[in-house]
Amino acid sequence: MSQAYAKKSVLWDWLTTVDHKKIGILYLAAGGFFFALGGLEAMLMRIQLMFPELGFVSEQTFNELLTMHGTTMIFLAAMPLLFGFMNYIVPLQIGARDVAFPFLNSLGFWLFFFGGVLLNLSWFLGGAPDAGWTAYTPLSSAYSGTGIDYYVLGLQISGIGTLIAGINFLVTIINMRAPGMSMMRMPLFTWSSFVASALILFAFPALTVGLLLLMFERLFGATYFAVEMGGNVVIWQHLFWIFGHPEVYILILPAFGIFSEVLATFSKKRLFGYSAMVFATLIIGFLGFMVWAHHMFTVGIGPVANAIFAVATMAIAVPTGIKIFNWLFTMWGGRIQFTTANLFAIGFIPSFVMGGVTGIMLATSAANYQFHDTYFVVAHFHYVIIGGVVLGLFSGAFYWWPRMFGYKLNETLGKWFFWLFLFGFHLTFFVQHFVGLMGMPRRVASYLPGQGLDSLNLISTVGAFFMAFAFILFAVNVVVSVKNKSEADPWDGRTLEWGIPSPTPEYNFAQTPLVRELDPLWYEKMHGNGKLKAAEPLDDIHMPNGSILPIIMSFGLFVAAFGLIYLVHPVTIIGLLITLVCMFVRSIKEDHGYHIHKEDIQNEEGAG
Amino acid sequence: MAQAEEVKHDQALPPYPEKATLEGKNKFLGFWFFLGGETVLFASLFGTYLGLRNGVADGPTSQELFHLDLVFYMTMILLTSSLTSVFAIINMKKGNYKGLLGWMWATVALGVAFLSFEIYEFWDYTVNYGLGFSTSAFASSFYTLVGTHGAHVLFGVLWISTLLIRYAKTGLTLTNAPKFYTASLYWHFIDVVWVFIFTVVYLMGV
Amino acid sequence: MDPHVSDPSAPLKGGPSKKTEKKLAKEARHQVVSFVFMIFLTSVAFLTVASDTIPNRFAIPFILLIAVVQVLMQLYYFMHLNDRGNGWNNIMLWTGIFVAIMTVPTLMLLIGVIKF
Repeated sequence: MSQAYAKKSVLWDWLTTVDHKKIGILYLAAGGFFFALGGLEAMLMRIQLMFPELGFVSEQTFNELLTMHGTTMIFLAAMPLLFGFMNYIVPLQIGARDVAFPFLNSLGFWLFFFGGVLLNLSWFLGGAPDAGWTAYTPLSSAYSGTGIDYYVLGLQISGIGTLIAGINFLVTIINMRAPGMSMMRMPLFTWSSFVASALILFAFPALTVGLLLLMFERLFGATYFAVEMGGNVVIWQHLFWIFGHPEVYILILPAFGIFSEVLATFSKKRLFGYSAMVFATLIIGFLGFMVWAHHMFTVGIGPVANAIFAVATMAIAVPTGIKIFNWLFTMWGGRIQFTTANLFAIGFIPSFVMGGVTGIMLATSAANYQFHDTYFVVAHFHYVIIGGVVLGLFSGAFYWWPRMFGYKLNETLGKWFFWLFLFGFHLTFFVQHFVGLMGMPRRVASYLPGQGLDSLNLISTVGAFFMAFAFILFAVNVVVSVKNKSEADPWDGRTLEWGIPSPTPEYNFAQTPLVRELDPLWYEKMHGNGKLKAAEPLDDIHMPNGSILPIIMSFGLFVAAFGLIYLVHPVTIIGLLITLVCMFVRSIKEDHGYHIHKEDIQNEEGAG
Repeated sequence: MAQAEEVKHDQALPPYPEKATLEGKNKFLGFWFFLGGETVLFASLFGTYLGLRNGVADGPTSQELFHLDLVFYMTMILLTSSLTSVFAIINMKKGNYKGLLGWMWATVALGVAFLSFEIYEFWDYTVNYGLGFSTSAFASSFYTLVGTHGAHVLFGVLWISTLLIRYAKTGLTLTNAPKFYTASLYWHFIDVVWVFIFTVVYLMGV
Repeated sequence: MDPHVSDPSAPLKGGPSKKTEKKLAKEARHQVVSFVFMIFLTSVAFLTVASDTIPNRFAIPFILLIAVVQVLMQLYYFMHLNDRGNGWNNIMLWTGIFVAIMTVPTLMLLIGVIKF
């Protein structure tokens, strides 16, 4: 440990850290908290729908729950959890000592965090947003309470953080790769993080504009969405989905990357069709921008437009199919180990394919009129998001836990967790297909008895309890496994992140590694001495200094948001000034970081 | 890692001082990507404006409002400021630090002039034509698009002034070269957006 | 490592090499020429609209074309997108432009006023 760090208190260290590993852990912790919160909201909704006309929560509360469940899970849980893995793992996988912009990395996290806190404070300050996670106008612009203001500003702040994180990952992956790590030698998780970051870069500005317009409309009397003033409500839907559709690929692509790593590692085989996998990832990213209007088939933009978007949507099944087959062929003939991480990856394949099939059904624009806004849609997107993203997150958690925290999660508990979760997931959502086809609309607080919906809804709720119980098992697992110390390379890994000591030194690599092949660590195990080759002599390592500015900057925007919501202009100005002064200080104060000396590194590496 | 790319100071000036360190390279690349994202941001605003420009309700229409002469002056000012920031960067690469500062100050001055015209224009529309922010969907989307561009100009003016004051006496360094360079990129981007604003909003709205 | 060699706050001394100087002179010439051309194009665009004899059917595509040409000159002559080592910048900027090209007509046309 360097001298500069040893002096600081632990709390101050975490608040000011610019280390990508610590920021990754912060993302995981905050994301995990919001995940539990979103899960709780889901459970309350499922309890309300357990029996017909149950009065467990009021209609208004139900609207708030469904809005906050969706918003929290997408923006505050799934994305930050993926960012956690991306932050921690991507620099290790490309042989870098840190990300390209350590300061911005920290700023991105704190913006997300304060945005999330702001959004959730709405529960206590006049009611949560209640217009659905899509916040369609004019419901959101003219007929909703302050909750929507929290939605607009909370998402705006955390969205800026996400955009910053996206640019940071892009530059990191392009500029910071170790010698020999060409683009086509990058692990699939890095590749998919790269493409997802590019999607963030081009999708989030549309959301920024959408939220800006909604804010002006609600707070300053603009009239974009007021039809009587010449406005048009469909504009919001377009802006939202120009962002919103790439967003689901931002979520699923890194999960695809996790599965590619896990399946290759536990099949003891090189990933089948590496270049096809990379190509398919790029194609999915590209097509992801041309299909957004399939969320709007029933709006009435016209049959030709609908047909074009329907065909583009169906085309996405092709690269996704390529991926599915490549995963199957990776396992084919491999020595498969059924670890918990791998169970999640294997369970993902059929689950996700089912979500894909209903996706094609929904893409059929004529049939979509029947499915639209029913539980069929709910079943579909939970199949792709839980069956894809959440299974990916758990798979990644079990796989990378030893690398990130130095101990292995208990496998027995893990397998219980997997089976209960998978069973609960299918029980909850499989029946919802039929509930939807019978005509039960989504986002409605109750249903009438005697319409054939009673038993299916009960089954669905029972499944949800299985998932909740399974998640508790996971939380228990995290605590009870702490003593289960792990060696540096517990899974006999293939990629660079497993070739360094555990716990990961703060400078990651004492010497930047030389990459000679795809799966560099595996190559060294087969053709070398099992250790990574160094690309440079041992020397002093340059490190960035920590900074408290990101947290103050984000706090400034948090304050300004309250000023805007309650239209107290002095508060807004003070908040913005806090942020601007921090930016100013950052701009004029040159901070060149510090060095860790060669001798300290030698000592530490020798001891480890 | 920055040191790996180090340039020795007794040698000739590096041909690309903005990209001579890893930090510089990262900034350069990251800033270009940011501009790629800004493209989508402005596209969304342009699209919104074009979708709503006929929604004038009872308020004035674009034909009643726009004066080509004012817009022509604003365009010339911004185009010229693009050229001055190009000269600034050429001087930077020549090692003429005074020239860099001088041309950058000229850019800032032109930016302020542009902003003054824009403020006058908005004032004129509001007071003399009764085009408030809430008057119609056209009004809201017009002010949002052109105002967002104006806010970018304002930010650019503040940013470049900060750099110029902070680095007035330091001479060119490997730390400030990327800062000046990205600031000039930003300024060009503002001009690129304005080219579409005067074409799509003003010329097509007259 | 000697910290004095690597101080990024030390002023840079000396001038550009002969080769760079030549290149810069050429660049400056190109930039002045393209600036004059841009002023000319802008004036043509304004005149096209100002004159009453040119029908809108022609004027609108024409001024849009002029705008595109101007922007390309900005990007390649002023912002140096065609310099070597700018591959990624080009990719990301053009992807942004691609998304923009999808976004603008959609927001303009597919808003339910006219069905397509």
